[in-house]
Amino acid sequence: MTPHMLTRSLDRSATIFLAVVAACGILIPLSNLLLPAGSFLQVPTYLVALWGKYVCYAILALSIDLIWGYCGILSLGHGAFFALGGYAMGMYLMRQIGTRGVYGNPVLPDFMVFLNWEKLPWYWYGFDMFWFAALMVLVVPGLLAFCFGWLAFRSRVTGVYLSIITQAMTYALLLAFFRNDFGFGGNNGLTDFKDILGFNVQAEGTRAALFALSCLALIVGFLICRAIVSSKLGKVLIAVRDAESRTRFLGYRVESYKLFVFTVSACMAGVAGALYVPQVGIINPSEFAPGNSIEAVIWVAVGGRGTLVGAALGAVVVNYAKTFFTSGMLAPYWLFMLGALFILVTLLLPKGIVGTFNAWWDSSKEKRTAAASVSAAAEDGVTEPKMAE
Amino acid sequence: MNVMDTRATSAMLYLDGVHVSFDGFHAINNLSLTLEPGEMRAIIGPNGAGKTTMMDIITGKTKPDEGTVLFDGVTDLTRLDETRIAELGIGRKFQKPTVFESQTVQDNLLLALNVDHSVKATLFWRGSRAEAERIDRVLETIRLTEARNRLAGSLSHGQKQWLEIGMLLAQDPKLLLVDEPVAGMTDVETHLTAELLKEINKTHTVMVVEHDMTFVRELGVKVTCLHEGTVLAEGTIDQVSSNERVIEVYLGR
Repeated sequence: MTPHMLTRSLDRSATIFLAVVAACGILIPLSNLLLPAGSFLQVPTYLVALWGKYVCYAILALSIDLIWGYCGILSLGHGAFFALGGYAMGMYLMRQIGTRGVYGNPVLPDFMVFLNWEKLPWYWYGFDMFWFAALMVLVVPGLLAFCFGWLAFRSRVTGVYLSIITQAMTYALLLAFFRNDFGFGGNNGLTDFKDILGFNVQAEGTRAALFALSCLALIVGFLICRAIVSSKLGKVLIAVRDAESRTRFLGYRVESYKLFVFTVSACMAGVAGALYVPQVGIINPSEFAPGNSIEAVIWVAVGGRGTLVGAALGAVVVNYAKTFFTSGMLAPYWLFMLGALFILVTLLLPKGIVGTFNAWWDSSKEKRTAAASVSAAAEDGVTEPKMAE
Repeated sequence: MNVMDTRATSAMLYLDGVHVSFDGFHAINNLSLTLEPGEMRAIIGPNGAGKTTMMDIITGKTKPDEGTVLFDGVTDLTRLDETRIAELGIGRKFQKPTVFESQTVQDNLLLALNVDHSVKATLFWRGSRAEAERIDRVLETIRLTEARNRLAGSLSHGQKQWLEIGMLLAQDPKLLLVDEPVAGMTDVETHLTAELLKEINKTHTVMVVEHDMTFVRELGVKVTCLHEGTVLAEGTIDQVSSNERVIEVYLGR
């Protein structure tokens, strides 16, 4: 298996992936809006919203694959960055409600009026402006990841210990956001959104546009990840994953590399969360639940870590299964099924769906080229000792 | 102690009175050793003599409890971490060959090249002709040109050892620390490795830890025998191997 073939195969799956996402991003909203409701090819609005959720999950999975698949950082708290991005967007949406809230207060969101708050806390300032909220979607998760990573990576916290503290981080945030006096709506979180950039969030057109935007974000996120992992920096990340101390002895500042991808990854997760919130219409502290982050890691494992395409595919496949199974009589057993899926994939498909497929494709291709070169050599009357494996 | 502005010694590497203990076990005990620029030194000694610990101290992996470790006469290595020490120009080959198994031979060398290793530089890295030529030269030196596109993990044990030496060459350090380069090699490979190290020594200062006495003899350089974390004997291979104490603790009668 030569690396050339490997990159070519990755390029092939990357091209297919991008084409499929782009096609979905264009065709699904068009079919939803233009075709008459109830016709065979029309995608109903509830499905647009549901699939939009999957696309956001795919972005989250991509961000986890970037750090776990390529740099060996297993974050079991990535849901925290997703939720923080979601809260930043939720705060913008809350400020857009204005006087249409139950209490009709033009500045304070309902829950603050309910808590008898006199004025808006300082950390809510600026969220009435979309550009500011959009910036915070990147800055808040990015800054938390940067500070957290700076402390953790500099102290050389790695492996399972890092996973545990990321889990603790998301749990701490869960507890904090549950508190009413923390100022983010406590248990209920942020909901009852009215409009985004002046468009009604419930309207079909808005939902279709949000779906298209999510697909666009997935494409951009994928291209950024591809650019990172196929650069020389990507090779350094793999080196860190496979032999961290060796990389240090070559003169690479490993903690800077980890900090870089961890922060990029957190920003991506934040964007995923921000697109998720207007599509599901609510953000509450349960998004910080440690279980969510673990589930996201399972998506990546199922799809194939270190393949990017696999991570996105895994997120969609597992969540489709989740929707399918949790809506029937099998609902109480979903967590057992998820656990079993994880164990089966680890045992039988350790490379995940895409990783296994790529390995199979490469080996069959290798056989074909080997056969071709042997027959060519036989014609020339020389034997070529090429790729003896 | 101000060593940053005055050159305290002409030595490339200067260890004086170094002590390290792990949970009361004295791994390194009052170790003093100097390596002149351009020198090649073979380090021998029984298991547990502190050979690998000494390399750990020089490369910043282990901090000594006391003592002086100076590089190039000016730099106090005990205050720096692995990355900084590698940047200064000290390269290390590990006892167990440690190459990046899931990457190609060529990429292993590319990663080792002593270019700007900052995050920004590697992210926006574009290959240059000069770099490609350097990699080609190293591949030729370590006889792996044919295998350049193979994954490092698929190489034989001896080839991995060479690839790691090649990575040291690509790193082009002032001082090379080579830990057991011929462990597990065939006689022919051992001979070729000795030739390779002698070639490398023409332009670099080298410290080799090795158990294989035939190999050490073939290198034909000054030998230091360590025992219980301190220098037991030093001199030519003949002087050291006829030393009573060395025979007693290491070579056997």
